[in-house]
Amino acid sequence: MTAQTFQPIAAREAPVKTEGLVAWIRINLFSDVPTSLMTLLVGGILLYTVPQFLSWALFRASWLPDYDACRVEGVGACWGVVTEKYRFILFGRYPFEEQWRPLLATALMLALLAASCMRAFWKPWLVILWVVVLGVFFTLMYGNTLGLSKVETDRWGGLPLTILLASLSMVMAFPIAMVVALGRRSNLPAIRTFCTIYVELIRGVPLISVLFMASFMFPLFMPQGVSIDVLIRVLVGITLFAAAYMAEVIRGGLQAIPKGQLEAAASLGLSYWQTQRKIVLPQALAMVVPSIMNNFIGLFKDTSLVTIVSLYELTGALSLALNSDANWRPFKIEGYLFITMIYFFFCFSMSRYSIWVEKQVNKGKAS
Amino acid sequence: MKFSKIQLAAAAVATMGALLAAPAHAGKTLDAIKARGSVVCGVNTGLAGFAQADSSGKWSGLDIDVCKALAAAVLSDPEKVKYVPLNAQQRFTALQSGEIDVLARNTTFTLTRDASLGLSLTVANFYDGQGFMVPVKSKIKSAKQLKGQTVCVQSGTTTEKNLTDYSKANNLNIKPVVFEKVEAATGAYFSGRCIAYTTDASGLSSVRSKEAKDPAEHLILPELISKEPLGPMVRRGDDEWFAIVKWVVYGTMEAEEYGVTQANVDQMKASSADPVVQRLLGGGNEDTGKLLGLDKDWMARVIKAVGNYGESFERNVGPKTPLNLPRGVNNLWNKGGLMYAYPIR
Amino acid sequence: MVYSTPHLKAHTMTEKPPPPKKTWSWRSQAFRGLVYQIIAFAVIASGLWWLASNTLYNMQVRGIQSGFDFLWGPAGFDIGESLYPFDSSQPYWQAFLIGLTNTLRVAIIGIILTTILGTLLGVGRFSRNALVRGLCYAYVELFRNVPVLLQLLMWYLLFTEALPMAVDAWTLGPLFLSKGGLSFPIPIWATGHLWGFFGLIAGCFVAWGYRRWAIRKFEATGQLRSMFWIPLLLTIVAGVLGWLAGGAPAELNSPVKGEFAIENGGSLTPEFLAVLIGLTAYTAAFVAEVVRSGIQSVSRGQGEAAAALGLSQGHSMKLVQLPQALRVIIPPMTNQFLNLTKNSSLAVAIGYPDVVSIANTALNQTGRAVECIAIVMLVYLTTSLATSLLMNWYNSRSAIKER
Repeated sequence: MTAQTFQPIAAREAPVKTEGLVAWIRINLFSDVPTSLMTLLVGGILLYTVPQFLSWALFRASWLPDYDACRVEGVGACWGVVTEKYRFILFGRYPFEEQWRPLLATALMLALLAASCMRAFWKPWLVILWVVVLGVFFTLMYGNTLGLSKVETDRWGGLPLTILLASLSMVMAFPIAMVVALGRRSNLPAIRTFCTIYVELIRGVPLISVLFMASFMFPLFMPQGVSIDVLIRVLVGITLFAAAYMAEVIRGGLQAIPKGQLEAAASLGLSYWQTQRKIVLPQALAMVVPSIMNNFIGLFKDTSLVTIVSLYELTGALSLALNSDANWRPFKIEGYLFITMIYFFFCFSMSRYSIWVEKQVNKGKAS
Repeated sequence: MKFSKIQLAAAAVATMGALLAAPAHAGKTLDAIKARGSVVCGVNTGLAGFAQADSSGKWSGLDIDVCKALAAAVLSDPEKVKYVPLNAQQRFTALQSGEIDVLARNTTFTLTRDASLGLSLTVANFYDGQGFMVPVKSKIKSAKQLKGQTVCVQSGTTTEKNLTDYSKANNLNIKPVVFEKVEAATGAYFSGRCIAYTTDASGLSSVRSKEAKDPAEHLILPELISKEPLGPMVRRGDDEWFAIVKWVVYGTMEAEEYGVTQANVDQMKASSADPVVQRLLGGGNEDTGKLLGLDKDWMARVIKAVGNYGESFERNVGPKTPLNLPRGVNNLWNKGGLMYAYPIR
Repeated sequence: MVYSTPHLKAHTMTEKPPPPKKTWSWRSQAFRGLVYQIIAFAVIASGLWWLASNTLYNMQVRGIQSGFDFLWGPAGFDIGESLYPFDSSQPYWQAFLIGLTNTLRVAIIGIILTTILGTLLGVGRFSRNALVRGLCYAYVELFRNVPVLLQLLMWYLLFTEALPMAVDAWTLGPLFLSKGGLSFPIPIWATGHLWGFFGLIAGCFVAWGYRRWAIRKFEATGQLRSMFWIPLLLTIVAGVLGWLAGGAPAELNSPVKGEFAIENGGSLTPEFLAVLIGLTAYTAAFVAEVVRSGIQSVSRGQGEAAAALGLSQGHSMKLVQLPQALRVIIPPMTNQFLNLTKNSSLAVAIGYPDVVSIANTALNQTGRAVECIAIVMLVYLTTSLATSLLMNWYNSRSAIKER
């Protein structure tokens, strides 16, 4: 037997890398001909427009609160609008010297909202904290006690007003929405009809007509001599509006509870309200928290509509700031971009948070 | 627990009854003002010369002076006024609902407003007319050249209707662009969306002086296409308050007619030989205020607070202000204008 | 064997009938439910009665007139932009009708454009190209998180500031783009166009017949025929034939540059364009998310099974995955369409004469606040309820049946 030398076969080529930057570029941008062409086209457009935009917005921009500096040839965005008018935009027509009050009130409110989002704070005393902070908020804004001067509600404006309207109406709408959602699924025909009529009526009309109704017709609904503050009227309108949408969301959650849960509760001898409180609502609410967050984001954006009934929140305060001042009016677009960034910051954070909550809620479930 | 059907029905009826609250009696405005301690005055959100708040929140203007005069007459202090800024859409419902006591918001007196809104027109304190403003660059010199053009206008005012009537009468086929808010309308005009902007001529001057980058680049066309008598309005049904507002306004005009000014009112009251002036200011034994439900110094306080009509005009919209409006038809009747104060006697 | 059942016999015929189920006792659930309903009814009815009586009393005391008779009075105002000519001497109800057509105009065109743009963006999220994926994601996040009113105001500002004055309008062939809007030539109406219109209708019937034939053929032989492009082609060809038969009238009313503005021709005002583009851009972001979640909801196994059966990528998408995805997409999509229609009410802030803007003008001229707002709410309610009913019917039809 001749000794057989081991003849190795030809070495195979090294496997194609699928990790690393180069590999990522190859797979995601140049995987085949149409994709590569698309990359070249889109990449070309981006390379053309993005540097121009950045140069306009950042590098050539003027940051000084001086409108003559903005009118110089070759100057880009005029962020002087923001540095000059930011107090008016953020706080509306609140008296200038007292603007530390809305600042403090807004900071407290935002801290409370952020705290309510964290798991560590989901304890019963959170409700009491909410009541306390809301009380402090109103005291700071309205004044008339503790040596603070009185500031009427028609002077409130800007960011504090937006946050107040959104949070307060959400908080007040929640119990109403739960009752209406349960009512819509009840067996009692009268209650079911009322709840259905309410929800379909409110959901069918735009918010602007509800606001018009609040500002034009509420005074007619009240007895002679009773005059309700504009802010309260608008709050009631927005709360009723938000409650209808939330009721639908909660009803969707209630619908998703399997019937077996109700039957098991009945077989354990639980009454209707005990079933709702202990079995149905905890599951339903946990399921719909992401949708409720979406509702809140929508409500936050919808507060911009109160400009039309002359409550000057963020968008309205900007119009007010720039319209009466001819020097700064050509730079309105920078003002708009400023409040766009504020809204984007808040809404994007909230939507990221709702995705996190969804993941948390789904952790216990099988995928 | 067993309930009989009758007990149930009784419970339902009792619930209904308890929830029915008869609407409260309509209170007299004067009593309400005295009880409250301030006059609630509906004003414009911001119209230079008529009602404008500066950055510290102090209001000034022709309409503001009316409010201050009323506070001085009723409550002896012109600062006891609560100003409620209202836009064109909210102003009538605010007055109808009782939210404000008087609407001093450069509002035109028309038949519809008198007859169908439940409001009463007191006295015109400014006679105005609707006009157009165009950029000088457009080379338009007369409103008749606006054939087929776009004109920016604010909704909710008589302006829209007057524009239509004028367009129809002169066959101009004007295309209105109607905005909810006045800032949007002026903004659209200044950005060039429309070739013209229309509102009361005093409003045009105010807008041009405050919002145009270069006021000289805009021309107010000579045609006045409507009559706009502006003045304070009150609710129907309260004749006492109506009389007070009316005679306070007339009093300022009568004061100008007889030479009573803010500076000389005390001296005139003490030592004027003219019985008309004495009657006006409550000097001597005269007490015209009693008949109105006020005290005898009511007019003296008014003149001390805001001056006579001419002084108020000069201070707010006269030649020294950016508006620079001539007295024109707003002058006294014996100087060629329309201000004819009914005699205070 | 016969069993003797003396105990049973005793219960027939001599026993009393069972007692009635209803007892007026608090322990009976039916009774409690009745009591709750009566109380709820009493509370709500008396609350509404109180509001109504206050309103009537207030209106009477203040001398405010009420009633819908004002709808037959002359309007007294012009409308800047309408589908068909409107004169100020026409009655109010016709003005409201014009407002309604303006709203529908922007809503219908907006819905069509939103569907196209939203679907493209939603599908783009699954593209193999990372740049396209990233751009679609950035677009969706950016436009979803900014309020729609702000977006409309910005688009309007862009149109009125960036576009040139009419005398320097940008031209693209027969089109003019300026601050006065987009002006384009419109054909002058002649009988030939009526023939063309009838041709289109006839073409629709032919296309429908073709589709039925194609479906029958598919079910018989499995051969797929074009279900969209060929019927569309048939319709258009029939329309063109009709137009030719009518004499092929081709006169156009072309816009020309006048002294201050573009005259003649048809035009889309910057208000309409701003509302349309603003609403489309905003709603398309939401539609993209809906489409994305719909496509994701179809399990991968479906695509793999289709491939195992030998279907091509295109056929698998069209016959297997898309129909399942549509079931998940359509209810939220309908919701977005409703939102677009309701958001068009914001056009009142930019000067577009939709039904809310017209109602606002009517409200200020006649003082009938309650009636005008009621009309606006009725218009939107009818649209929303009709769509809601349709959606609920579809929802119940396609919901997973539980016991």
